[in-house]
Order: sequence, then structure tokens, then C-alpha cells
Amino acid sequence: MTPRKRVRRTRRGDFEVRLSEGERELLRSLPVQLRDLLDTDDPSLVRLFPPAYLDDPERDAEYQRLMREDLLARHADALGRLEATADATRLAEDELLAWMRALNSLRLVLGTRLDVSEDLHTLPDDDPRAPTFAVYSYLGWLEEQVVDALGEPG
Amino acid sequence: MGCIEPTMQLAPTEVLDPTDDAVAEPDRPWVVIVWNDPINLMSYVAWVFQKLFGYNRDKAHRLMLQVHHDGRAVVSNGSREKAELDVFRLHEHGLWATMQHDE
Repeated sequence: MTPRKRVRRTRRGDFEVRLSEGERELLRSLPVQLRDLLDTDDPSLVRLFPPAYLDDPERDAEYQRLMREDLLARHADALGRLEATADATRLAEDELLAWMRALNSLRLVLGTRLDVSEDLHTLPDDDPRAPTFAVYSYLGWLEEQVVDALGEPG
Repeated sequence: MGCIEPTMQLAPTEVLDPTDDAVAEPDRPWVVIVWNDPINLMSYVAWVFQKLFGYNRDKAHRLMLQVHHDGRAVVSNGSREKAELDVFRLHEHGLWATMQHDE
């Protein structure tokens, strides 16, 4: 039996989102935390600002000087839109696209903190990383639902 | 792997004197590479390739699998300006992308 989809495209072309109050609370609170973190040089942000040139430090420095601020603004914009629409039961496509990028940014930061590998699927309950890993896994599940819904024919 | 379209070889690298780097450089094509990582979802990576580059589902899926299995794949190519824009759009979507001169 397949569980009913929680995010799906409607006949009107927007998207229906069915989430619990607890899930929505999480989607309201996480973006605020990450937006505050964006203004710092926290090492868990490394995946949000990758180098463009691997073996040319001079060109990469120039690229970062020109683009980093724009990239930061794009990340912050998606997080702000997720926070602002966390309670919505219907989303326009551009809003769901912002959700997708915000969910992915959150996963990149949490995954970096957890130092996840492709083999890491579960953690024992008494592992100190278990609560963070549970959030990371939930966000991955939700992002998959969002990607599926966006891929549905309009 | 047979995943990359032959069009990426079309840039006119041989028309300029290869000994003169300063002149030749603007016409040397750049490639954009996406690297494998353990966080991004496979379905998401394939979706981003479709959305950003207009690749059909099949090509996007093949490129995603190439990243996953080989550790990296060339996903686009062109002038330095185009490559930098593609890298930015991939970074905006959280993918681990870099650019370098075509070899």
C-alpha cells in the first residue's frame, strides 16, 4: 500500500500541502535558525558556498568576491519564503520551488554537522546525534515529496 | 560513459596560435563539473539538471547516475561567463559544482 502523497499538484496548477502542526512548527523554526547562522562563518555552512575554481585560488577569490553576496541573498530568500508559507495548505509553484531550495539548504547544513555518509541510514536512539539525524531524515523525506510533486505533469 | 553530447567538442580551440596563451584563452571552452556528495538526493540532482539545463528526464537521470557512480560528471560547457553563471545556479541549488578549462 502506498501512503497518500503529502504534496501534490492540483488540477488548478498549484500545489496542495498536507502536513501536521508539528511538521509546520519545524518548518517555521528551522529557517530562522539558519538565516541567523548565514551571517556567521560557521563551518557547517561550507556546502552552501562551495568554491567555483578548485585549482585556481586567485580566480576563485575573485569569483567569491563578486558572487558570494548574491548567493547568500538567494539562500536567505528561499529560507524566508519557507518560513513565511510554513502554514500554507496551498502553494504556488514558485513558492514550492523556494521550499525545495530551503529544505535542501537545511539538509546540507545538518548533513555537514552530522558528517553523513551514503551508508548512514539510522543511528541508535542513545546516540547524541539521533535528534538531529531525525530532523535531517524528515527533511529528506519531505524534499523527495516536493521533487516528486514538481515533476508531476501540470 | 556516453553521457556527454558531442557538441562540447565544437569550440574552436585550434584556430589560434597555441603558443600564445594570453590570446588563446578566451576561446578555450570551459566545462562545468558536478561532484558526488552524500547529502543531495538523487531525485533532486536529476530534477535540477532538467530544470537548469533543459535536459530531458532520461539525459538528466543518466548524468545524475554518472555523478553518483564516477564521482563527477560534466554537466555543461561554454564560455567562461556562461560557465560561471551555470556554476552560480548550481550553487544556488546546493550542488557541489566547479568549473575548469576543457582538457
